[in-house]
Amino acid sequence: MAKSEIKMSGKDVSVSYGAKQALFDVNLDIPAKQVTALIGPSGCGKSTFLRCLNRMNDTIDICRVSGDIRLDDQDIYHRDIDVVELRARVGMVFQKPNPFPKSIFENVSYGPKIHGLVRNKTELEEIVVNSLQRAGLFEEVKDRLHEPGTGLSGGQQQRLCIARAIAVSPEVILMDEPCSALDPIATAIVEELIDELRENYTIVIVTHSMQQAARVSQQTAMFHLGHLVEVDETDTIFTNPSDQKTQDYITGRYG
Amino acid sequence: MALYILGALLVVALAAFIIGRARAISIAGREISSLHSRPTYHGGFLAIWASVPAFLATILLASLSGSYVENAVLDKFSDTLSTIGSAQTQAFLRDVRSLAETAGETGRQVILSTKGELREQAELAAELYTSQISTVNVAMLVLSVILVLAGGVYGYTRIKVEKRNRHFVEKFITGILVICSAVAILITIGIVFSLIFESIRFFQKVPFFDFLFGYHWSPQSAFENASGTSLAGDNSRIFGAIPLFVGTFLITFIAISIAAPLGLMSAIYMSDYASQRFRAIAQPVMEILAGIPTVVYGFFAALTVAPAIRGWGEAVGLSVSSESALAAGVVMGIMIIPFVMSLSDDVINSVPQSLRDGSYAMGATRSETIRRVVLPAALPGIVSALLLAVSRAVGETMIVVMAAGLAANLTINPLEAVTTVTVQIVTLLVGDQEFDSAKTLAAFALGLVLFVITLCLNVYALYVVKKYREQYD
Repeated sequence: MAKSEIKMSGKDVSVSYGAKQALFDVNLDIPAKQVTALIGPSGCGKSTFLRCLNRMNDTIDICRVSGDIRLDDQDIYHRDIDVVELRARVGMVFQKPNPFPKSIFENVSYGPKIHGLVRNKTELEEIVVNSLQRAGLFEEVKDRLHEPGTGLSGGQQQRLCIARAIAVSPEVILMDEPCSALDPIATAIVEELIDELRENYTIVIVTHSMQQAARVSQQTAMFHLGHLVEVDETDTIFTNPSDQKTQDYITGRYG
Repeated sequence: MALYILGALLVVALAAFIIGRARAISIAGREISSLHSRPTYHGGFLAIWASVPAFLATILLASLSGSYVENAVLDKFSDTLSTIGSAQTQAFLRDVRSLAETAGETGRQVILSTKGELREQAELAAELYTSQISTVNVAMLVLSVILVLAGGVYGYTRIKVEKRNRHFVEKFITGILVICSAVAILITIGIVFSLIFESIRFFQKVPFFDFLFGYHWSPQSAFENASGTSLAGDNSRIFGAIPLFVGTFLITFIAISIAAPLGLMSAIYMSDYASQRFRAIAQPVMEILAGIPTVVYGFFAALTVAPAIRGWGEAVGLSVSSESALAAGVVMGIMIIPFVMSLSDDVINSVPQSLRDGSYAMGATRSETIRRVVLPAALPGIVSALLLAVSRAVGETMIVVMAAGLAANLTINPLEAVTTVTVQIVTLLVGDQEFDSAKTLAAFALGLVLFVITLCLNVYALYVVKKYREQYD
């Protein structure tokens, strides 16, 4: 892996939900225009870390985040940071496809509209078509852009959510187990898409599938019980992990 | 007597249950699990057989015995009664009954409506009545005992290891549940039909369209003419329901204009902004508001709000009547705020968190998320909540009686006194009334129209919910 520029970095990140601490002093750098996979058994804190990166944890009352998380060397938890702007730069795709109960077109145009990215209808249409194309969905839905997004299949819904996320031209896309609700064919399509998106976006993906981590990511971070166990190039992690826990987890002996 | 028997049957059922269970346990011996049905089911089985046949027989006999005994008395005294009219026959029977019921009491004082010879006859008839009743009671008791014993023995011999008594008991319970729901449905249908039949009688006196589209309502003048001969022409002019419905909708409109924004906004605040702690305090307070009896709102409206509104009105040079549609509407709006709020709070909360997360993750603010994602998704539920609130407001009576007045003005000026359908129903039926004058029957017609309106609103609300419900599932 060529040393590339660091897009996001976490230093001594700790998170607790009320009295329960979920993350302990995690130090992790996210390289730009690469896919970073977060793996580890359920409850290990990988989704929690992911949700720190766009401050989605803010929506949970009892959640406390400490430490230093930077996007382009800017502290995203700093007082002056507008969380709305942050989330426009760091998009997110969820585990379960969650298209809004609106038409396909409105789903994708939602972000550009609320951020005032367009001046007129033509520009908006351009963005929508472009995002759908980049999400690999346009050909399938071009005749029914004004039908409800919830009428699509699970895989199509997830690609719609990806299109929705990239419509606001984010720099980073966070994906929280994006394929866990999808069948193998839809999974393959989304994985291919992730690989293409890497050209333009920095991607962080939480996954339970070792194969998926191996297939799509360049860097892999292994979490266990709230601690970052090991982080390295994906090839190294899967061929020659330095930690016994990682070795056990990826070979399926544990977790 | 029947009541004592029914009470005794409850005890019988309990005893049979215990005996049946003990019997099942004893025949199973050490291997309880060899029983097909648990001992409780055998107990229930025996209890059913021992008590239900006797229970049904008692109820049947008790309901038939009254008319049987009366007919026996009427037969016996048919010579005397053939000379008098049906109204007097009824009076005679009433006397017989009260004489029979108080027989044997010391210092009895019975107020009788019959006199002279008829009265002596009544005393004689009362004796016959008493003896007949005691015959019936004995018959009832004997029959119950026989049925309890027969049923008990039958049930007891059928408690066996391999007997599938569980199925029997389960079916019996299903039957009871079916009967209960059937009763509820039949009562509803009965109410609707009684409304319809009484209304038809009204529409025989007052033409349907004159009632529905007449714009003059003064049923009191029908009373003055009650002894007159030809009323049809007058009635069609004084039973015009339009002022009432205009008044109803004016007040409902005011109430909803208050309750909809306040209820909806507070529901949004509660579900999406308020902290857990605030919710924990505010929710019960709202429930208290919902629990205040409407008559309390009524005098709040009449004594506090109406004078206040008149005061403000006079301060800016408006003439406000002391009982105004505005006062009633405002208070009614306050009354249905918790209703709107808790219904829309449920609806808003049922919008999945994942949709909110999706919107937040796009960089939307809270208000954007609510306006563009949550509310559209919850809209059908909110609409139906509002429609339910409307039908609640349309049917509300007490507040309007106390605060809006009785004058059937045809006006849409909220500062004047108006009246509503429910209030007029109350005033038509208060006091001693004959139940076949056009005036009282008008109450049924009003009730029917009101019922149809709220029914339509409720059906439409359910339809809206159903049609759009699955959008985000």
